[in-house]
Amino acid sequence: MNDSAPAIRLTAIDKHFGAVHANRGASLVVRDGEIHALVGENGAGKSTLMKILSGMMPTDSGTIEVHGRDVTGWDTSEAIDAGVGMVHQHFMLVPTLTVAENVVLGREPVSAGRFDRVRAVRDVESLCKQSGLDVPADRLVADLSVGEAQRVEILKLLYRGARVLLLDEPTAVLSPPEVAELWKVLRRLRDGGATIVLITHKLDEVMAVSENVTVMRAGATVEQMRTRDTSPEKIAKAMVGRDVDLTVRAGRSASDPTASAALDVRHLVVRGARVDRAVHDVSFRVAPGEILGIAGVEGNGQTELLEAIAGIRAVTSGEILLGAADITNRSVHTRGEAGLSHIPEDRHRRGLILDYSIADNLIFGQQHQFTSNGILLRDAILDHARSRIIEYDIRPTDPSLPARALSGGNQQKIVIAREMGRAFDVLLAAQPTRGVDVGAIEFIHAEIRKARDAGKAVLLVSAELKEVLTLSDRIGVMYGGRLVAMFSRAEASEEVIGPFMTGAKRELVA
Amino acid sequence: MSVLLFLAQTLRIAVPYLFAASGGAIAERAGVVSLTLEGFMLGGAFGAVMGAYYTGNAWLGMLCGIAAGLLLGTIHALASIRFRADQVVVGVAINLFSVGITRFFLQLSFGSSSNSPRVVGFGSGSGGGSAAFLANPLVWLGLAVIPVLAFVVNKTRFGLRVRAVGEHPQAAASVGVPVNKVRYIAVIASGALAALGGVYLALDQHQFTDSMTAGRGFIALAAVIFGRWDPLRAGVACLLFAAAETLQIQLQAAQIIPSQFVAMIPYVLTIVAVAGVVGRSTPPAALGKTSE
Amino acid sequence: MMNQRVRTMMEESVLPPLVALVVALVAGDLLIMAYGQAPGVVWRTLLEGTWGNSYGFGQVLYKATTLTCTGLAVAVGLRAGLFNIGAEGQLAAGGFGAAVVGLMLPAGTPWLIAVTLCVLAAALAGGAVGSVPGILRARFGAHEVIITIMLNFVVLALLNYLVSAKLHVPETLHTPEIHAGAVPRLSSAFAAFHGSAANWTIVIVLLAAALVWGFLFRTRAGYELRAVGLQSDAAEYAGIRSGRVWFNALTMSGALAGLGGINFVLGYKNYYEDGFTGGAGFLGIAVALIGRNNPVGVVLAALFFATLSQGGLAINAMVPKQIVEVLQGIVILAVATAVPEVRRLLRGSMQRRKASS
Repeated sequence: MNDSAPAIRLTAIDKHFGAVHANRGASLVVRDGEIHALVGENGAGKSTLMKILSGMMPTDSGTIEVHGRDVTGWDTSEAIDAGVGMVHQHFMLVPTLTVAENVVLGREPVSAGRFDRVRAVRDVESLCKQSGLDVPADRLVADLSVGEAQRVEILKLLYRGARVLLLDEPTAVLSPPEVAELWKVLRRLRDGGATIVLITHKLDEVMAVSENVTVMRAGATVEQMRTRDTSPEKIAKAMVGRDVDLTVRAGRSASDPTASAALDVRHLVVRGARVDRAVHDVSFRVAPGEILGIAGVEGNGQTELLEAIAGIRAVTSGEILLGAADITNRSVHTRGEAGLSHIPEDRHRRGLILDYSIADNLIFGQQHQFTSNGILLRDAILDHARSRIIEYDIRPTDPSLPARALSGGNQQKIVIAREMGRAFDVLLAAQPTRGVDVGAIEFIHAEIRKARDAGKAVLLVSAELKEVLTLSDRIGVMYGGRLVAMFSRAEASEEVIGPFMTGAKRELVA
Repeated sequence: MSVLLFLAQTLRIAVPYLFAASGGAIAERAGVVSLTLEGFMLGGAFGAVMGAYYTGNAWLGMLCGIAAGLLLGTIHALASIRFRADQVVVGVAINLFSVGITRFFLQLSFGSSSNSPRVVGFGSGSGGGSAAFLANPLVWLGLAVIPVLAFVVNKTRFGLRVRAVGEHPQAAASVGVPVNKVRYIAVIASGALAALGGVYLALDQHQFTDSMTAGRGFIALAAVIFGRWDPLRAGVACLLFAAAETLQIQLQAAQIIPSQFVAMIPYVLTIVAVAGVVGRSTPPAALGKTSE
Repeated sequence: MMNQRVRTMMEESVLPPLVALVVALVAGDLLIMAYGQAPGVVWRTLLEGTWGNSYGFGQVLYKATTLTCTGLAVAVGLRAGLFNIGAEGQLAAGGFGAAVVGLMLPAGTPWLIAVTLCVLAAALAGGAVGSVPGILRARFGAHEVIITIMLNFVVLALLNYLVSAKLHVPETLHTPEIHAGAVPRLSSAFAAFHGSAANWTIVIVLLAAALVWGFLFRTRAGYELRAVGLQSDAAEYAGIRSGRVWFNALTMSGALAGLGGINFVLGYKNYYEDGFTGGAGFLGIAVALIGRNNPVGVVLAALFFATLSQGGLAINAMVPKQIVEVLQGIVILAVATAVPEVRRLLRGSMQRRKASS
């Protein structure tokens, strides 16, 4: 152990996943006993870097040093033994066990052949007291709130003697009071000598809690700054790679209020998997011949918003109108008939049946139209497939091949062809170009514009801000389940929108 | 007196259920589906008779029965854990295999397709409602097995890990719990425990008869599910089911309720419990899921 | 791409029966040798006693008829992502339903009407049993595996009661003979089948298999059912109601198993007998597994298991017929473990190739 050495020193870390270059010579120095923010846009390589540090995956090249010791190539158990542990976005807790049982699992205190429950509870309670993490040790994890469950995850690391804590987007699932509570805990841990790396893309958090901040962009660590010497503008500039102007104010809704809306969403509230209000009182309208883009960091309610409009997630309150028709509580099928088309965000989970043929996938959700007296019209399905395959340039061209056999781009073209090749008035497009190659991206963008020019209303949700800016006529920003800003295309730019995405600025849209 | 007799008979019927249900509880709590109890019991019964026949010693017979259960349990564990086969299919296969293999060796060893010769065993082997069966050491073992299992599951480190592994194997693995090892131990132990139920049946009757377990493994499984996968509750369910059977035997002469309706009780109760009509019975979350 | 299709065919169609055959042969050899017999001779006797003479072949067809029904039942369930292991009880219920209707019909009922009514009764009775786990699954999310196992015992006990208390011929556990609606033996048209239980139910069942194939692959309901079984999240996206599909699938599954009751009740004995199912419901799981849930594969797999089962009788003089039950268990175990393992190996090599390209 070398006292003058930093707690963490990552040097020239490189990591490939197939064709994706996730980390490019990334370097990071974290001082002992500080809270260090690691920021960057989606896909900048933050999580990968932390997974490499915590031993979850090996690095392709580069070195990892912890307290001056070269630990390159270690695994998670070695990392934990050396006091380095990570809290993931997805909790790893056994809901039917108590807090204390979860904390000690794997390193249970044993006396006289039995699990020493009393000691486990005592140990966990004293750990709670020391760290300021307040969780009832005897409570079942299933009965905890999300914030409490997160504290259990931190307790698990502390119980294992972790002195370096890596937290991956810890506030994504927390309510504002819980976030405040987390900051208190983290400061207290730091004061007790712990080192904390906080992965985030929210600049308000960086400013609130960190001493130093490292910015990642496109897999590389581009800048390290002292938080008190920097500003959200400077950080945002480093994140996107050019000047950022935070002085421009967001405009009000640019849509013509007198125009009739093809899609009208009013005061929508939708429950999420973990939170009561994943979508929190969201209202907007999309006019025919308009693309409304929703920008925002993933996990801010966009998924739930689109699923609610599509009819696969229940609406808590509010209304959804398609033209003049109230479809709030209508079935997916009825919505489709009423003119709603939907490109879902996850084609592997929802958009395709991977074991179905291309032809069968091209009618998925529209199978009613290719049926006569309950019998599928094979010839019509095949004809339909052949023409769509040509029109949308799907390759390979054999309609009987399973979708599983196609590349991501061609799989997405099946979805696009199906959802845009049909009659519709309103298109929901969620992450329409995710995981597809450049050629397919251009093609998909052109199709979406074509639909708009043909008078369709398009609601676009994308985690790629560039995509939203490229396509949209108006741009809304979601943050924390709310629609926090709305811009006309002319007002919008990465620089203007960025701060709203990260919560650094908010201006609620009525 | 008749109350004592009733209790004695209930106990006698319950013992094989208690063994098999404890086996089912430990395997299912670890997340592995236990449709195999019937096959384990049958294998145990046959192993015990073979052992007792060739050694002339009931205790060695019991050990042979346990060995048969361990062997079947290992097959179940390998197929379900190592090879990640569908656990329901594996259960059906092992049950079929057990029926076939015991018949095959019955024929091979004793030249009979229906029963073995009489072997040494525990107790008088005369059957009936007498309390003489209390001399059978397996009765006492059977009564002890549920509390012991409850202790293991609820109070030991291994039990804690079994519960974690059956609910959320990824979480358990993430803190260094050897998930597969815990499951191997649980499933192989379930083989031995359920086999003891068969051992008891065979050594109580002093012989093996074709398919002598007669669905008792499924009643035990029903008890596990009805008992919400908790060893103590499952034990109580075993006693309840056995009491119903005893009642039916006692009332047989009177013909008040057709015996078939009494025989349905465990299954109907289990269906009702699983459907959640009165207090939902929820299985361990990872039950039957093969990890990819 | 050709490669992909060949691989899929290997995985789905060729591999399971191949594994089944090889394992049956190897394990059978060992057991036969354990009994001190020469495997070659025993296997030849088995083949001669099944496919080698028309009586034996007739018996194979008879057994395959019932197994096709239970195999189809399990296959339809699995296509919807549900495991119906209640085919045993549904088969019994079907047989009982057919017998009751057959007994109620007046003596002079026209044959076609009588058979139609009995077939409907069998399907309805089996379907009614299958609908119970269907409702419980769709309504309460109750796990169909547990419900169908438990329901087997309930149904079998209930039928045992109805037969023994209400309908039996004294000193037996079967109903009186049915005079309306008997399905003639195949031997009535082909003398060679004389003495075998093979009967024209096989035509009804093959028709059912064809209809199931058509339903699964040529109707909208079948398209939706398979979608739910493959990816229920995607089905939800496409507006398919999983609950309804689950209910329909399990009801249909029960009806198919129930149909199998015709084979024994109308085609063979002309009465319902307690315990006639003899494990055919459970074997249906093996049939569906090896037939890869495809009606054509199910028919072939049913022939395979029927051959084994009838073959056991043919070789009983040399080795105990129970060898067949052992083999059935081993074959199921082998297919259940080997097929996913080999598939993983194939997928793994495919992914490695994709990644390196």
